[in-house]
Order: sequence, then structure tokens, then C-alpha cells
Amino acid sequence: MAKLRALGELVYDQIERGEHPVLRIPDRSVSNIIYDEKLRQYVLGNKVTLRTTRNVKHLRAFAQLIWLAYFSKLLSESHKTSTLRDVFYSAQAYRVDFEDQDESDERITELEALLGMAREEFNVYPEERSSIFGNLVIEYNVPGYEGRRLDLTSHPDGVMIGPALTTADFVETDAELVIAIEKGGLFTRFIEEKVHERFKAILVNTAGQAPRATRYLLRRLRSELNLPVYILTDGDPWGMHIAMVIISGSANAAHLTQLNVPDASWIGVWATDILKYKLPYDKLTDADVKRLRELARDPRYSGDPWRSQIDSFLEHRRKSEQEAFAKYGLTYIVDKYLPDKLGR
Amino acid sequence: MRRSVGASFSEISPSEFFYRNRDLAGFTNPTRALYFSLKELVENSLDSCEASQTPPEILVSIEVDEDGPSEDPRFYRIMVQDNGTGIPAGDLADAFGRVFYGSKFKLRQSRGIFGMGATMTLLYAQATTGKPAFVASSTTGRRYHGLLMKVDIERNRPVILRRLEGRARGWRGTLVSATILGDYQKAESKVISYLEQTAMAAPYASITFRDPRGRQMVLERVADSVPRPPRETLPHPSGVDVETLRKMVKAWRGGGLADFMVRNFQRVGPKTAEAFLAYAKFDPRTDPRTLTEADLSRLASALRSYGGFLPPDASYLSTLGPELLEAGVRRLLQPEFCAVESRRPQAYEGHPFVVEAAVAYGGPRLKPGLTVFRFANRIPLLYDESSDVTWKVLNSMDLRSYRVGPEDPVGVVVHLVSTKIPYKTIGKEYIADRPEVEREIRLALRSLFRALRNYLSRKEHMVGVARRANIYSKYMPLIARFSAELAGRARLPRYEALIPRAELAGEGGGEDGAGERAQDP
Repeated sequence: MAKLRALGELVYDQIERGEHPVLRIPDRSVSNIIYDEKLRQYVLGNKVTLRTTRNVKHLRAFAQLIWLAYFSKLLSESHKTSTLRDVFYSAQAYRVDFEDQDESDERITELEALLGMAREEFNVYPEERSSIFGNLVIEYNVPGYEGRRLDLTSHPDGVMIGPALTTADFVETDAELVIAIEKGGLFTRFIEEKVHERFKAILVNTAGQAPRATRYLLRRLRSELNLPVYILTDGDPWGMHIAMVIISGSANAAHLTQLNVPDASWIGVWATDILKYKLPYDKLTDADVKRLRELARDPRYSGDPWRSQIDSFLEHRRKSEQEAFAKYGLTYIVDKYLPDKLGR
Repeated sequence: MRRSVGASFSEISPSEFFYRNRDLAGFTNPTRALYFSLKELVENSLDSCEASQTPPEILVSIEVDEDGPSEDPRFYRIMVQDNGTGIPAGDLADAFGRVFYGSKFKLRQSRGIFGMGATMTLLYAQATTGKPAFVASSTTGRRYHGLLMKVDIERNRPVILRRLEGRARGWRGTLVSATILGDYQKAESKVISYLEQTAMAAPYASITFRDPRGRQMVLERVADSVPRPPRETLPHPSGVDVETLRKMVKAWRGGGLADFMVRNFQRVGPKTAEAFLAYAKFDPRTDPRTLTEADLSRLASALRSYGGFLPPDASYLSTLGPELLEAGVRRLLQPEFCAVESRRPQAYEGHPFVVEAAVAYGGPRLKPGLTVFRFANRIPLLYDESSDVTWKVLNSMDLRSYRVGPEDPVGVVVHLVSTKIPYKTIGKEYIADRPEVEREIRLALRSLFRALRNYLSRKEHMVGVARRANIYSKYMPLIARFSAELAGRARLPRYEALIPRAELAGEGGGEDGAGERAQDP
């Protein structure tokens, strides 16, 4: 809130002095994205871009940016949240026009960079589709639900990870680890097979690439409850990268920190597992191979097990989905594979 | 062509000769014949008005004559009336019913190719519909004389069927009406273009046209000054061929060669004549009539190769001048921008010429892309456009370098004024690519397109300034408002000074308002 006010004052005072207002925004272009070894994530370098109304081409974007800041202030003052899509539509009421949602999303990202805050901190969230299940009791903080508690095993489909859950306090748990799963099918299988009890695990369905709120929640589970985080994805370059983004953050969000879990482990499905467990497979496509070569050049992939898994993929040119374990029966992945990977 | 004129002349009458060669004058089919009839009559009328410096008032009508077929090609009565000098009653019949073949060798910038267009129209009418023509004229405004007449082709003389006379009620001028076989449906677009473009090259003329369906098009004059009419001049020595020389010699009634030179050619005085004859190795005292065929051709080639003559005298040419040309272009095209250029006189093969040109841009009437308007001695040239030298020049210019895209509405006007227009062949309406003429056209168009480029850059800049001002007036108040809200201030910051002002200087607005087509039922 203070940051928003400071932004307003900065712009106001410049205009009042008869100057064209200028904002210094950390440059998010590729040339300014640097891999930070210590943080194990991408961060922005020192370059900034100037956004100024002196340039007529910046004017519209400037107006959008300052409106977004104003809109965020309204949201937080009224304890409301908004989805990215809401933001796009709300703008029209203020005669601030966005070409499409891509443009409003882009401006939100710019505001994040400018303020050094994640959009969730100024109450803007993406549409949610990831969910969580496990022996964890939380207590809400959102208006109208203050103090209300929820046992995350109370709903057999899992509980959606939204703004309310992300900001809730963790009250009580007997869990010993967290397993993030790429797909809803396997997440449901794990609930049915009572993985949360057998392995004392909190299960998180990332539903593909984990949304920021989910990554933020995973980070809190790690840091506040001190639970190790394991990640289970499809055995292909895309699944591998879903795991990497949870561990090291995404290049797109290089202007934000605190959204990753540096010591989470990718436990599978590894390229070597495809051979070891004789999994049914598909041939890697040209796009898969191209993606693997890209990943091989990415500094985040220089360590283990990444490097050797990329080599293994490129060698046998196979990929397998998590569901491939069904070849050995529906419970094999829980009975055999998971204990193997968790070292039990 | 000239050879056959001379050779045929003793055997058939001039009118029969012209009738036999009517294709050369453009009367090739009912469509063209209709167009050329109208054209010849209108040009006669304009010449007559200009000769007396009267701002022309031309009334043109085409009506269906029901005696002929009921569908095109059918009979059309073409009527053209002017307010020119008129023709005295005693000369009226001969003026339209006889082709004169003079023995003068003077040159004059003239509209027509043959200079006998009205008679041609009458001959064509007679051959296709058999109907007599009606001609009437008044020189005083008090009484008019009219004739219902035909032409005796073989004997080259008028046949008067009926005489009429009456009170002119203030009308002075000439009226011609002839019924020909024509195809108006096919000729319509050419007829309209012809009249519009004629008005472009004669902005001091008012032209009213009534079409066969009774619709009326009025092209009001937008200028009052009529250009000085072209004067007759002697030919320039370097532009004379053997054939002309032979006829000059035949008609010569004077002294020796030196005298012959001085009295038959422009810009040749005794000294020049003497110097030339020494160069050509002729005795100045030789009687020209004693020259042999071989002498004549030696003389002709010496005239062409001698470099000592003064350049042709262009003062005999009658140009439109930049003001009239611009007025004409603006009347027809109502462009948002128009630039004109009159080049200085030049000469090719002994013929003086002047190139006048204009480039117009935008406005309600120009279609996307280039439209070319060609004129020779104020006559619009509508046929054979793609072969014309103007297109050759345009095709060799990179218009993109003048900020002109292929879809931009641009009109290019080129007017060639000369005592001899270098048509490629008789009956064709395009100008041959004489290097001297081509060069002048190129220089004129380059300078005009540069002017257009400057205009377009300025316009683009103005549009940019206006757009900028617009964007600022939309967003600055928003930025001010939201920053005030964020900062928690009650008053808006003073942002007004940060909005640039749009200075929209007007340029080339040029709506003259005249020249619209009125359509009456």
C-alpha cells in the first residue's frame, strides 16, 4: 500500500512541476535476465527502461500502469481480489482501454517489476485450477472467513488453491512430505490409494505448469512447515520443465523472487525410469528433441539429475506419461514406484 | 500521307478524298464516329470563340432520331452551338460544304488534325443517314441565317435545300446540327470524358451537355480570361521536308534564293540566308523555280543539318499558363492538392513546343491509382493512352520515392503545345517519344512530384501532430486523476501544459465548387 501511494506521489509531483512523469521500470528483456546461482533462479539485472509520457508511444501504457496501481489500491482497500480477466474488463469502466487480456496481463507484470511485488500482493490472481489434499488444517484470513478452519482432507476431489487458501495460516498437520503432481488423474489416484496416509503426504495437483499461487503455497509448505517437496511429472522435456519452474522459478517472473522452492526434488518420471521400469513409450517428436536441446543450454539444467536425464532422453528418444505405470496395474505406481523414488 | 495528298489532288475532289480516307480522321465505326463528330464540332466552336477572345458558351446535345433503327447503332442528331464570331451569311454554305485546299505554307498551332472536322461530320452524316445538315449563324446578334444543306462530294460544293432567316434575339455564334449513325451506349464514357477534359484545358469555357436521355451536365467556367489565340507563323527552316519545299517553290513569285529564304521562313534575315546558302553551296541569286529535284533534296537536307539558324520562335504558341491550367484541373478533379508547371519553350526538328503539366492528389473525384490526362493543343487525347510518351516517362519514375503508393489517388496532366504535335501516326491519339519532348515532360513531372512529396510529408506531419494531441488529451487527464487518487490528494495536478496543441495549418483545401455534374430528369 505504501508503495502504491509512493508511486502516485512520484507521478503527481512530476506533473505538478510541469514535467512529463518518468517511471524507472526494471528491464525484463532477455538481455537483462540473469541466472543467480545462489538463489537458484533467474533474476533481473540492473538495466531499467524508462516509461515517460514525453514519448507519445508510452502514453497509453503509462495510463494503463497508473490505472492498475489505482485499481489495486481500490481492491486492497475494499478487501477484494480480482482475476486477471476481471482486471481486463474493469479497465473499460475507467475509459482505460486494453487491446486484449494479453496487454493487461503484460501491464500487470510491469507493475510487479516496478513495485517489486507479486501481483497476488496487490490482490490480482490468475484463474485457478490447481488443488491440494492432505492432513493439514488451515485457518482463513480473508474477510468474512476470518478464523474459520478447514481440514484439507474434507473434500475427496481436493481443495482449490485460490487467494483465500494461499493467504491462510497453517494450523495443524502430521504430514511429513509434500508431493506435487502434474496431472489431475494421478492426483485422484493418489487420494484413492490413500497416499496421504501411507506416506504422510500433502498432495498438490499443479494441473500442468504450476500457477504462481501454487508455487507460493509450495514454498510456504516448505519454509513454514519444514516439509520436503517432491515433484512427479510426465517423463518428457515438458514435464521436466514443470518441475524446474517449481524449483527455480520461471524466466517470465525473473522480476520476482520468493516464488520457488530451491530444494524441492524432481523424482520422476525420469528418462532412465522409462528403461528401468520398461514403461510403454512414445517416440520423441522433433519438437521434443528441439526443446531438450534448448534445456541443455539453460544454466538451471547444468546439475543433477537434469544433465544426465537430458542425455538419456536424447539417447533412447522415448517419453512416457505418468499413466504408463498402469501397465503393471492401477496401484503399482503407489505400491512400488513411489517407495522406490522416495527411498523407502 | 502528304505525298498521297499531293498526288491524288488533281484527280478527285478534296471532300471525296477525305471521305474515302475517313478512317484516318477517326470515323471508323458508329461509336468512334459519334465521338469524333462531336469532338470536331466542339473544337470548331472553341476555336471560333477564342479567335474573338470571347469566353466560350458551348451547348452540346445528342438526341435520338427515331427514323433509324430502334437500337444502337442508331440515328443520333448531334447539335453544337457556340457564341463565337459567327459566319457571314454569304460564307455559310462554303464553310461547311466545301473543303478548301489552300496554297499557303504558314503554320499555326491548331486543335484539329485536318482542320476540316465539321465537313467530315457532314459527309459522314450524309453517307450513313442520308439526312441533310442544318447550319445557322449570326454575326451581329440581330438576325440569323440558316441552311438545310448537303455536300456534293464529287464536285466539292454545298447543295442548299432550304434557306431560313430570322431574329437572332441577341445570339451571336454558330450552330451545327447533323444526324449520323452512332452508338451512344458505347461512346458515352468517351463523350463524357472528352467534354470534362476539354473543360479542364479550357477553364474559361462553359459547356452544357444534354444527353439522349435528356440528362444535363453543366461545366461552368471558372476563369474569365481567354488565352491569346495562336498566330500564324512561317515554318522554321529546319522543320521543312522536300515535299513542302517543292510546293513552296512552285508557288514562288519572288526573286532569288536569298529572298525566297527570308520570305518563306521564320527567323531568317538576309544575313542568315546568305550564310546558309554559302554553307549549302547555292547561289543566292538562283531562281528557286529552276531548282531540279536533286537540288531540292540537297537543299532540304542542308536546311536540316545547318546549325546556324536561330531557334524556332515560340511566341506564336498559345499556352494555357499555370493559372488557367490549375483552374481547369481544380474544376474537374477538385483535388486536395494541385501543382502546375509551365516549361520554357523548346524545339524539336524546327517545331517549337511547350510542355505544361500538373499533378493533382486526393479529393472526391480521383480514383485510386494513377490517372493520366493528356492534351495536345488543348485537345484531350483519349485513345491509345498506354503508348503515349507520358506513360513511358511515368513508368520510368520510381513514384515510391515521391511517397506515392500504387493505390494513392493521383492525377497527372500533360499538355503539349506546338505548331506540330508529333503524333505517331495520323488518326492515333498518342504522342511519339521524341527525345526533346520526352525530356521536357520528364523534367516537369519530376518537379511536380517533388512538390507532391513535400505536400504529403507536411500532411503526414500534420496528421501526426493532430493524432499526438488527441492521444495526450485522452490520457493525460486519466494519468493526473489516478496519480491524485493514489497519492491521496484532493486536487488534480496541473497537467494541462503537458498536452501539446494541434496546429492544423490549412493547405491546398481548394474546393472551387464549380464543375459538378447536375443531373436533371
